[in-house]
Amino acid sequence: MSDTPEPDEAASLEDLMARFRSTADGATARFAPVEAAIIRDLVGQVIELIGSDPVEDEPDDIVATEEPGPEAAARHNGWPDDGPIDADDLAAMIGFSDNTELPDDPVLARLLPDAYRDDPEASGEFRRYTESGLRSGKAAAARTVLATLPAAGGRIRLSEPEAQAWLRALNDVRLALGVRLEVTDDFDDQVSSMEPDDPRAPYIGVYQWLAFLQETLVRALS
Amino acid sequence: MSTAPAEVQRPDTAQETARDLPWVTIVWNDPVNLMSYVTYVFQTVFGYAKPKAEKLMLDVHHKGKAVVSSGAREAMERDAETLHGYGLWATISHDS
Repeated sequence: MSDTPEPDEAASLEDLMARFRSTADGATARFAPVEAAIIRDLVGQVIELIGSDPVEDEPDDIVATEEPGPEAAARHNGWPDDGPIDADDLAAMIGFSDNTELPDDPVLARLLPDAYRDDPEASGEFRRYTESGLRSGKAAAARTVLATLPAAGGRIRLSEPEAQAWLRALNDVRLALGVRLEVTDDFDDQVSSMEPDDPRAPYIGVYQWLAFLQETLVRALS
Repeated sequence: MSTAPAEVQRPDTAQETARDLPWVTIVWNDPVNLMSYVTYVFQTVFGYAKPKAEKLMLDVHHKGKAVVSSGAREAMERDAETLHGYGLWATISHDS
């Protein structure tokens, strides 16, 4: 597990500073446009990855369905060109894989894990009757984020059920990023000694901010 | 530890259910999930008081895993399914 990120640590992450605060019936936060873009992009990728329907309330994000494949990454043209991260690179972090065979994609394997460690048959049986619901539940949480976070950012106010959906969706995004960034228990040490040309380096700030953001949401709901 | 699951007692499966006790749900450590979030999930899913949820979280963190619930196999599968929904790495096994 990851240690609690400290607010002053996250505050040093350039522009990524949004945090949740508790309200009488949920949580609230203010997002800069770039922060909203990052979250919406990553959450959208999780929806794509788990194989659910495209986001119904975001027709602009849907490309022609008869042309899957490399063009999938091109849909993320809403990313600011002068932002801290290249859109195509970020899209590639979680990945649009046509291959949804669970054992082949480590992110999917993490989001939809086996329920039995040494019993493939029992795991398969468990998966047969739980995976569809698990996928749709994760997609529903992710869609709640997209439905409550305007692309332009701004202050959002979440009911408690919405905030709980955000919590799960943020966690799924972090799990996916964690697999792609090869996060380990000594990740903080790795980060502090990471070479500037490490291909993971540009995403570390995003990953750490999402941890901080999720932490503030846990506290807001506790 | 017990979740006190509400068992559906059907005469033709009662014996098997009894033989299946105890199964356990195990949560494994992973480097991504926040400690505060894991504690929150244990409180939310199982209704555990915060001290118990924190102790289980610390067991997962320091020992690599912890038994978070025990009972009939079907109940443990429901627990694992719920925990997977929260992104925790949970498995089921016979308590041995």
